[in-house]
Amino acid sequence: MNTSAAHPSAPTTAETVSERKNYLNADYGILSWLLTRDHKRIAILYLISVSAFFALGSIFAALIRFELLTPEGDLMQADTYNRVFTMHGVIMVFFFLIPAIPAVLGNFLLPIMIGAKDLAMPKLNLASWYVYNLGGIFTLWALVHGGVDTGWTFYTPFSTTYSNTYVISTALGVFINGFSTIFTGLNFIVTVHRMRAPGLSWFRLPLFIWSMYATSLVIVLGTPVIAITLLLVAAERAFGLGIFDPRLGGDPILFQHMFWFYSHPAVYIMILPSMGVISELVAAFARKRIFGYRIVAFASVGIAVLGFLVWGHHMFVTGQSMYAATVFSVLSMLVAVPSAVKVFNWTATLYEGSISYQTPMLYALGFIGLFTIGGLTGVMVATLGFDIHVHDTYFIVAHFHYVMVGGTIMGYLGGLHYWWPKMFGRMYPGFLSRLSALLVFVGFNLTFFPQFLLGYMGMPRRYWSYPPEFQVLNVLSTAGATVLGVGFILPIFYFAWSLKFGKKAGDNPWGAVGLEWDTTSPPPTLNFYTQPVVTAPPYEYNREDVHNRTTQEAPVG
Amino acid sequence: MASSPLTDTHGHGAHHHPALAHQFDSLDQQKESSTLGMWLFLVTEIMFFGGLFLAYVLYRGRYPEAFLQGSNTLNVWLGGLNTAVLIGSSWTMVLAIWAAQVNWRKGIVIFLILTMALGSTFLVVKAFEYHHKWEEHHIPGKLGMFFNSPFQFAGDEPQHVEIFFSLYFIMTGLHATHMVIGIGVLLVLTILAWKGHYGPEYYNPLEMAGLYWHFVDIVWIFLFPLLYLLGAHVH
Amino acid sequence: MADHTHSSHHITSRKTYFFVFAALMVLTVLTWLVAQVDLGWANDLVALTIAFTKMMLVLLFFMHVRHSTRMTILTAAAGFFWLAIMLFYTLTDYFTRGASVLPVLGK
Repeated sequence: MNTSAAHPSAPTTAETVSERKNYLNADYGILSWLLTRDHKRIAILYLISVSAFFALGSIFAALIRFELLTPEGDLMQADTYNRVFTMHGVIMVFFFLIPAIPAVLGNFLLPIMIGAKDLAMPKLNLASWYVYNLGGIFTLWALVHGGVDTGWTFYTPFSTTYSNTYVISTALGVFINGFSTIFTGLNFIVTVHRMRAPGLSWFRLPLFIWSMYATSLVIVLGTPVIAITLLLVAAERAFGLGIFDPRLGGDPILFQHMFWFYSHPAVYIMILPSMGVISELVAAFARKRIFGYRIVAFASVGIAVLGFLVWGHHMFVTGQSMYAATVFSVLSMLVAVPSAVKVFNWTATLYEGSISYQTPMLYALGFIGLFTIGGLTGVMVATLGFDIHVHDTYFIVAHFHYVMVGGTIMGYLGGLHYWWPKMFGRMYPGFLSRLSALLVFVGFNLTFFPQFLLGYMGMPRRYWSYPPEFQVLNVLSTAGATVLGVGFILPIFYFAWSLKFGKKAGDNPWGAVGLEWDTTSPPPTLNFYTQPVVTAPPYEYNREDVHNRTTQEAPVG
Repeated sequence: MASSPLTDTHGHGAHHHPALAHQFDSLDQQKESSTLGMWLFLVTEIMFFGGLFLAYVLYRGRYPEAFLQGSNTLNVWLGGLNTAVLIGSSWTMVLAIWAAQVNWRKGIVIFLILTMALGSTFLVVKAFEYHHKWEEHHIPGKLGMFFNSPFQFAGDEPQHVEIFFSLYFIMTGLHATHMVIGIGVLLVLTILAWKGHYGPEYYNPLEMAGLYWHFVDIVWIFLFPLLYLLGAHVH
Repeated sequence: MADHTHSSHHITSRKTYFFVFAALMVLTVLTWLVAQVDLGWANDLVALTIAFTKMMLVLLFFMHVRHSTRMTILTAAAGFFWLAIMLFYTLTDYFTRGASVLPVLGK
């Protein structure tokens, strides 16, 4: 793929990887990190922030599951429960799921994968991290003062008029956070258009880049709408303006239209990057080029575009016209098609591939299965008649957790495990990482599959108590959540351990194909030793010399 | 085999412009990147203001009489004056860029100052209009009460007229905020222009600021007829 | 480098700029004039058409879209197109709920 030598940066006998200058040891001191323009350091900064918010969101999840162990509300008051599930949603959606893969993996890898020295706008990139944290501060401020109880969906007029919680600061926190995402999206689009290496045409790009590009399109076109919507909520609440409050002549359905115009495409912001990761993982660990590369690339853009035309399926029961609802329902089925196409293509890639079950591959395989379930149940709830029954039940909760946790988080973890050696030059222990992957998979299914059944049988969501006949399934779900929690916690330990004690990874521990594997682990500050020139399509695993390439160091993980 | 990583030099000992950033290989690539970046930002602004226009279209369609009455209380002359002022400021903005293209340093400064002056005039007129609304008790909701001027409107649907004024203040307020930010940016550019940073070779920041400024002008081009001229035919 | 299209260093003349400015002023006066006459629903149509024309003048000449790359034109067009989607598609809900929801339809 690269006209430079196979490993132009192979260490000489005299020097080791860690002695050579790379982006981690190029400069020391806290300010060299806080004022960095290096996209890789910014990615690490994001890794820290995003992980912190994920931990916080998980605590709220744990509280929810503990409360739901028993049919009565006995762990906390009903009002408190409302705040708990709201903060869980707000933090997980806006401060974890949306930024995680783009801001951590995207930031780190995008310039390297296209052979560039950095993103197009490095200062904007750093600014986006600060803006993210500023948004976080507003939200945390609201949290310590008791949080918000409106649900992460902020439906009016409850959020604008009746709730007596800290809606404005939370809304402003999300508003500010939105700019962080917009800056990242802008940066990615410009970078992919203008800074590709010589010879790197669009159809030679890795599919991860196509996914990040499609995601960025959604970000740029959709995020401003949630921004203005939340601004209006804050203005209405602060100034008593009647935009969404029917008491003042306003329209709550208008809020829902504006909110979901963004929030539906937002779920594609969450899943598209993850799908991009899966494409990379499947190719690398089946040692085969992705089946139907162009179709997968077009499917990414197709999902991005179609995703803007389906938002009304969140509003089937709230008073939309029957005709609009029907159109939204039909289009929602249509948007499932490109996603399904990708699943078929990944499966076809696996067929007759040379599969190895390293940790990243375990996550990728888990993704394919779980996303399929999540996606199919998505088609079920896109069906108008069915949704009337299951709307606002645990069926919906299970559906979106299958795609967001079984989908997005599996992709995120798979990507972290795949590129960790590249980012830090260290391997993590293989047994523990595979164990974690297994725990995540088992724990996840035990947590959320019962919820499909609960929802179908009629258990409503956002309720703090339930009829006793639902208890068994709820207990199973909480048990699953505990297992899932262990699966999520373990990586914190072995990743941290690996930074100091992990086996040093070579440039290409997986024997994979891609520009990122043609530079050192960790890479130098400007990413490469020689400017890459691209002369071949991606995923050249079928090439003789690559196909037989064994992993440079056989990692146990 | 390279023994050292890529560095900031742009290869071949080529002379490079002091404004060329390290991640780019040429001023041209930098210019095209920032142009695309600014246009993408303007797309986000289109969707941002777009949400307000959506609310406007819906409520205008729902309460057409109330919107007519509300609109009639706005001063068309001041609105028209402001429209002319903003169009003029867009004109002076492109002239500032022209001055850079023909290497007339002083001209850049003069035209930027004129642009800021016209922009400020717009804001002063706006402030005057807001004051007038305050006098007439047309400030909606708790905002009106905060300024000791609770909303009052004679007519059969004061509540719906209040929605008109809510949208009026939010839309023109957001627009004015964008103007303030724009003037701030232009101030910085004026100082840099005075110091000689811009010329025919490099005037990209001026163009980027210009794009932003013209966009804000376009928003007003739509706000003027939609807010001020609804009831003009009612005499 | 990647995707390199030579950007235009076209210098628009001051005369062109002046004529665009003058046209914008004339159109502003025109929109005020037309608003004085009651044309029913056509008032909105004319006002929006004039505003649209003014916008195109600013876009093409002041914002140099006339001399811009295809990428720029595509980006700007995409923005407006998406706004149209948001407006139109949302309104289809209200349009299909009957005149009680949108009295203006009843006129």
